[in-house]
Amino acid sequence: MAQDFRIPGRGRVDRTKPIAFTFNGRTVEGYEGDTLASALLASGIRLMGRSFKYHRPRGVLTHGADEPNALFQVDRGPGRADPNNRATVVEAVAGLKVSSQNHWPSLEHDIGQVNDLVAPVLTAGFYYKTFMWPRSFWDKLYEPAIRAAAGLGVAPDAPDADRYVHRNTHCDVLVVGAGPAGLAAALAASEAGKRVILADEQAEMGGSLLADLTATIDGKTASAFVAYALKTLAGRANATLLNRTTAFGYYNHNHVVLTERVTDHLAAPDAKLPRERLWQVRAKEVVLATGAHERPLGFADNDRPGIMLAESVRTYVNRYGVAPGRRIVFATNGASAYRAAADAKAAGLDVTLVDLRPEAEIGPERALLSGNELLAGHTVVGSTGGKAVTGLIVAPLSAGRVGARRTLACDCVGMSGGWTPAVHLFSQSRGKLTFRTEIDAFVPGSSVQAERSAGACKGTYDLAGILAEGWTAGAEAAGVPSTRAFAAAPATPTGFRAARVLPTDADPKKVRAFLDFQNDVTAKDIGLAVREGFESVEHVKRYTTNGMATDQGKTSNMAALGLVSEILAKDIPQVGTTTFRPPYTPVTFGAIVGTARGETFDPIRTAPVHEWAAKQGAKFENVALWRRAWYFPKPGEDMHAAVARECRAVRESVGLLDASTLGKIEVMGPDAAEFMNRMYPNGWTKLEPGKCRYGLMLKEDGFILDDGIVARMAPDRFHVTTSTSGAPRVMAHMEDYLQTEWPDLDVFLTSITEQWGVIAVQGPRAREVIAPFVSGIDLSPEAFPQMAVREGEILGVPTRLMRVSFTGELGFEINVPADFTQAVWEALFAYGQRFGITPYGTEAMHVLRAERGFIIVGQETDGTVTPDDVGLSGMISKAKKDFVGKRSLARPDMARADRKQLVGLLSADGRTVLEEGAQIVADTQQALPMKMLGHVTSSYLSPTLNHPIALAVISGGRARMGETLFVTTPAGFTAVKVVAPVFLDPEGKRVEGLVEGGVHA
Amino acid sequence: MLLVPCPYCGPRPEVEFRCGGEAHIARPADPDALDDAAWAEYLFARTSPKGVHAERWLHAHGCGRWFNALRNTVSDAFITTYEMGEPRPDITGGR
Amino acid sequence: MPEPVAIHARRAPILAPSASSAVRVLPAADRFVLQMKAPRGAVLPSAAGGFDLSGPLNSVRGRPERFAARLGPGEWLLVCPEGEGTATEPAIASDLAGRFFSLVAVGHRNAAFLLSGPHAADILNAGIALDLSDTAFPPGSATRTLLGKTEVVLVRVGEAFRLECWRSFAPYVHAFLQDAAREFA
Repeated sequence: MAQDFRIPGRGRVDRTKPIAFTFNGRTVEGYEGDTLASALLASGIRLMGRSFKYHRPRGVLTHGADEPNALFQVDRGPGRADPNNRATVVEAVAGLKVSSQNHWPSLEHDIGQVNDLVAPVLTAGFYYKTFMWPRSFWDKLYEPAIRAAAGLGVAPDAPDADRYVHRNTHCDVLVVGAGPAGLAAALAASEAGKRVILADEQAEMGGSLLADLTATIDGKTASAFVAYALKTLAGRANATLLNRTTAFGYYNHNHVVLTERVTDHLAAPDAKLPRERLWQVRAKEVVLATGAHERPLGFADNDRPGIMLAESVRTYVNRYGVAPGRRIVFATNGASAYRAAADAKAAGLDVTLVDLRPEAEIGPERALLSGNELLAGHTVVGSTGGKAVTGLIVAPLSAGRVGARRTLACDCVGMSGGWTPAVHLFSQSRGKLTFRTEIDAFVPGSSVQAERSAGACKGTYDLAGILAEGWTAGAEAAGVPSTRAFAAAPATPTGFRAARVLPTDADPKKVRAFLDFQNDVTAKDIGLAVREGFESVEHVKRYTTNGMATDQGKTSNMAALGLVSEILAKDIPQVGTTTFRPPYTPVTFGAIVGTARGETFDPIRTAPVHEWAAKQGAKFENVALWRRAWYFPKPGEDMHAAVARECRAVRESVGLLDASTLGKIEVMGPDAAEFMNRMYPNGWTKLEPGKCRYGLMLKEDGFILDDGIVARMAPDRFHVTTSTSGAPRVMAHMEDYLQTEWPDLDVFLTSITEQWGVIAVQGPRAREVIAPFVSGIDLSPEAFPQMAVREGEILGVPTRLMRVSFTGELGFEINVPADFTQAVWEALFAYGQRFGITPYGTEAMHVLRAERGFIIVGQETDGTVTPDDVGLSGMISKAKKDFVGKRSLARPDMARADRKQLVGLLSADGRTVLEEGAQIVADTQQALPMKMLGHVTSSYLSPTLNHPIALAVISGGRARMGETLFVTTPAGFTAVKVVAPVFLDPEGKRVEGLVEGGVHA
Repeated sequence: MLLVPCPYCGPRPEVEFRCGGEAHIARPADPDALDDAAWAEYLFARTSPKGVHAERWLHAHGCGRWFNALRNTVSDAFITTYEMGEPRPDITGGR
Repeated sequence: MPEPVAIHARRAPILAPSASSAVRVLPAADRFVLQMKAPRGAVLPSAAGGFDLSGPLNSVRGRPERFAARLGPGEWLLVCPEGEGTATEPAIASDLAGRFFSLVAVGHRNAAFLLSGPHAADILNAGIALDLSDTAFPPGSATRTLLGKTEVVLVRVGEAFRLECWRSFAPYVHAFLQDAAREFA
């Protein structure tokens, strides 16, 4: 497609580097340096999308981040499709496939535009008013229909093929925005030697200077000044320049987050580069130089393709060398549009300027245009055209009266309703805004964080002032205040007369003057909302959706606010402004997620025998961040068969479990026993070195926090174990008391969870399996009884060997320094083959302990369970005056007879395996809601007993032994008998290895 | 993300810390001497002022020390930090 | 009962040491956590077991393969080459005799990485929120902090950065660092 609207000899695009992309399937040509918008305009394409609600044809309104209309689906290949990209900021790259959105079957012929015909009913609050009744219509009719119509663009359905990274960085001064103010600030701050980061959202730094062909700064052209400034900054090692980088969030304590688009502008990016980089910046000082957004004008049909902002016309002409039209009418209430018109004229385009202000109000900008190019004291009452503007309807104003209409034929309109400083980041920093009536705008007032604003974002619009302000801000931020005057010529035309909706002779009820172009909110909608009682600007916003689209109202918020204030006859500061929240512009999920996906989503902690287990075909389960072997299926076995086999092996011969994930804490110091006495309900003073004890840990509220075996290694040294997931919690709990309540105790804690690998060898042949490898420890039952701990060696490496059992069988837990675990495991496994040694996983461990009636914290307990509730009141020392949780256990509620107590359940039919979490009732015929007595906490088919077993907590459970109760099932209820929560070996004889009928009896 | 001034390490990012709630609530020396209401008060009752608040903080992923801080809950500004066991500083001097 | 089996367990670290690249897995080492009470104004020993303990909080003293990193007011991570720990333990105990301290061997608890080259700090800053510039974290610095979702100890003995993490977190840390290093390869 020919670039008929490219202006020869103008613009910063690189004409030696032509590129081509496709738009809705058509090939569009442009040059490196173009945005999608500028390239499309160069080819005469004005129609770029359909509006959200009315499906009105729309073209580009702006030239930057504030664009509400030209939103494209951008397709960079599989897994790289992305909706709602602003055509004004996406760089034109060879091979890109882009398409417009929100139309069917095509952009030119869109069925959805019937909405525009019924617009009179689609007013503010339409949804709230219309879809109220009948209620039954909501689920089947209204909601599906609304959902189908809602949303813009097509969400990608393939995983994102790109890579994103994060980077934390620090600087003395962060300058946001590299227009004249930002450049001056960065020059000043970096000259002082401070670490400076200058970030700008555009491909090229320079901001408004890139579109300025007339200004000179200190004798240099604007373009030359930009080049000089960037070269100077690039030569300073203490300055970092980040282009294509948007500061989108300003958080606490000068934490500013930027997103850098690293590769989107490259046709064939290096595979090692991430697509985007999220910068987490901690700045000592921040300079905001974020510029200002131009306001559209409110008049009927102000949204036709070809109607855009005046400064955008100027930017397309000067920066991109593109004529957005050949006959351009500028409509304005202020000075800056004169510069745009003059520049368009200088490019050989036909211009007319319509100014709302009477001749006498117009300032020196008047000199930029000749007499026949200016219509002063005129209002705009409408436009003509369909998919492109063909004329602007204007009328003279005299003493508030609208005179005779006339239509100015044109193919482009450049409108300017004044300027709105971009105070978004300042507002996010919690700074307070103040309203300056003379410029009709909110500007930064008092700061809360270490930041300062400079330039247009502070309401300063003349170039010399902007540069001086930027310099001062940069120097002050660097802590070396200085000023510098910049000679900028000619004087910048500034000033405008605030106008909300332009005066019209039409029936205001029929005029659709768009304020929010993306959400199709008109001035009429705002009026309706206020009449209906929505006077708070926050309410008006939500009722009309003004400013709630992806552009967040950059071009519309002030217009809506001004209108509300006008209707209510209140000053703007009294009406207030809506809150600015991050992000300033849309941010990809990829940038936020960064590396946190795939194997780096979360740490996957693996135990020392993990690789071995994986090779054996183990299935794994997640326990906190750990991945533990769950069961070890043999070929053809399902989980049930594998677990049954593993359980039988432990009961009849011997099994091996990797228990390394258990938390372990070394408690050391002369006051260690006293500390243990205070932390645990049991007594520790009398526990001899070489002995172990079961420890139940309570929180101060008396409920069970964790449990585990504690071994006393020496008078001043305890080896405390915790549950796998409780390890960090217990360590933090202990450390908190130690540091903040009892700093006088001479005790230190060290986490040794990962220092020691743990192999549980369980079963009647456990002793025989380990014996050949252990040295320095007498393993005989007499010398090494149950609940003893010994230090010695196994396979020549140090071990803390404990004789403990979580299965009910004779068993040992071999602690060895973690890196030796695999070697010890493999030796035991090889040697144990003669006994049929069987590795078992966490599922078998759960079944085995449940058969024996041992609780698991977090399964039988839920943070509201006391020791007595689970039948462990015997753990509580009567002799101790105090321990954590003691006083709470004395509360009357803790001793109530109807507390939920741990019991066993047996299915009456001998077959049904109950569901864990199932509710328990006494009478299935009682009225709803039924009284629930408790719930099932653990349930398994016991391979040893060959029938189902379950543990449950039931109100007054211990007094219900032998009762029949009912447990919910997916189909209804099943009857159960309440029994003691021990199903096997209640006397605890098996830990001695004396198994009746077993191979080792 | 806050920048928390650890009294031992200096300003460090919030992710390294854990906030432990209101400070200066000492565990009673003799819990048995408290009636149920007083014990419940100790266990559960906490103030949540709008303005300056004394809080416990743990530099969990740093020096590992607990300390106290005065933080303005409105502005998130840390006014001062001090070691465990020290009394709450008097900041009536206009800070 | 059969004859004792005469084999000696071999150390199997979670990650095999690697030689090259910007992110290097270091060989196994011996390590201890040494703790002492350190109220304000306390006079602490300046050395023990051949480790220089005189550095302030968040500093490291020693050589790249044998150093003491002071991670808390009264807490040091002592690291020495594998095998040297056996003699170190009694030496420290003897040097600190008469003073209350806790010394716990944690040689197998950690895995270690070495990051060197001009982009070492950039790679680490993919997951560490601290200022790692030469002015803020010069050689001789040490601290505990977070890398992504994992606690790590970062020490700078010499120009390079040594990163230690708990054993089971090492695969995550390694994958994280390699991903961050990719753009600088």
